[in-house]
Amino acid sequence: MIVNILVGLGIALFGFVLQTGIAGTNRKIIGRLQKRHGPRWYQEYIDIFKLLSKRSVSHGWIFDFGVIMALGGIIGTAMFMPLTSNILAFENYDNFFIFVYLLAVGMLGMAMSASGSGNPWASIGVMRALTTMLAYEVPFMIVVLTIVKLSGTSSITGIQLFQQTAGNNWFLIALPLGGIVGFLSLMGMLGKKPFETYIAPAEIASGPMVEYGGKQLGMLFILHEISVFIEVSLFVHLFLGGASNIFEFIAKYFVVYTLANLISNVNGRFKIDQVVKFFYKWPLLMAVTQAIVAIYFGWVI
Amino acid sequence: MKSTKFTPRTILSNKEIDRKWWEIGDFFRRNSLWLLMYCTGCCAIELPPAMTSAYDMERLGMGPMATPRQADILLVSGYLSLKTLRRLIYTYEQMSEPRYVVGLGSCTINGGIYHDSHAVINQLDQYIPVDVYVAGCMPNTEAVMNGFVDLIEQIKLKKANGWKKYHKNFDWYKKNQLDSLGEVIVHDEFHQ
Repeated sequence: MIVNILVGLGIALFGFVLQTGIAGTNRKIIGRLQKRHGPRWYQEYIDIFKLLSKRSVSHGWIFDFGVIMALGGIIGTAMFMPLTSNILAFENYDNFFIFVYLLAVGMLGMAMSASGSGNPWASIGVMRALTTMLAYEVPFMIVVLTIVKLSGTSSITGIQLFQQTAGNNWFLIALPLGGIVGFLSLMGMLGKKPFETYIAPAEIASGPMVEYGGKQLGMLFILHEISVFIEVSLFVHLFLGGASNIFEFIAKYFVVYTLANLISNVNGRFKIDQVVKFFYKWPLLMAVTQAIVAIYFGWVI
Repeated sequence: MKSTKFTPRTILSNKEIDRKWWEIGDFFRRNSLWLLMYCTGCCAIELPPAMTSAYDMERLGMGPMATPRQADILLVSGYLSLKTLRRLIYTYEQMSEPRYVVGLGSCTINGGIYHDSHAVINQLDQYIPVDVYVAGCMPNTEAVMNGFVDLIEQIKLKKANGWKKYHKNFDWYKKNQLDSLGEVIVHDEFHQ
């Protein structure tokens, strides 16, 4: 049991180190995209340690406690994440729905803490984040339930192994419409640019993060990196056939995250009603079509 | 018999340990400076080229931030009227420490072309401590970048002590602020 917990914490730490490094590399790539030199690849680490080294103010104990609860919830979620089809901390506990429920702990902790600051921008940001969540979850869930129906298991490792067996394609290829919906939902989860509505630095002053500075903001950055790790690895495992070894995982992870970032940086920002309308129009239609085609007609490539 | 192999262990005092931690923190702080831009003056036009591909301040680890709580540098670009000075003092006091102030243009040094206006303050240094001035009306983008590099150098040499000065001489700064403004409290819909 103690070994399992240590492996779980190791996976969370690995996720943080990996995602922070890749996020820094991505800032460099985006810099080159915009014909700039870009920062050093380890800039994200410097940013986080700088924030932890600063002094910060408190806005009451809910403000402080919410940040710690959110960070704990996210680390707890990351502990259940399988890295490859055989590196896994808790055997048989890698069900997809565990992630859906545990991710909410982190989100709610952050919402509680942000509301505790009493700043109106924070309340607007939290409201927008929950609305965006409501928008992307519906098409995403339909696609994931289709995958669960086809592979006959809701365990992430099971889904990976199903895709890796001979004769089966990755679900990105087997369910092309579903793959597109999954990627759009991933963009929504990561808060990338067409759906960046709840961060919106120029509009609502970075939304939920508006009152954070110093150590609390540093903890939120760590939280953000780990939650990005969870979301991108879910996409890799569900749609890209998982990974049989760690290098394959890192390569797939890098490609998915970089692609999302590149798309993000050539787009503008939707308004919140446009986000909801968008997700309830095309992705939902595509997801339902995909589910009917795959389950009732059995047309799976 | 006492062994002569080992030199006696030097016991570091708490002050010495604090100093070492502070130096480690300074490395991170000077390599990741986030700006809060207080762009009420015309010098703000020099910042887009400094941020984008022409001069690219992100290679120094700098970047714009949305709110005072997240920022390290308060960038005052140009003149300050009495009305905006109140907001500036509010903003400065909200920033988390260590915090630095960069004044752009001659308006922050001696009033610039507004030196005889009744509504504009002449020396920013009287109201909040300024770490780096960038002179010029308006300064070149090269000069702005040079000012940032100077600030990084000052943090390295532990000379960027404006925020400590503000604590030490708080009464003096408050007195100056009150003399010019009457009261520092802002009366509008955002501050009540």
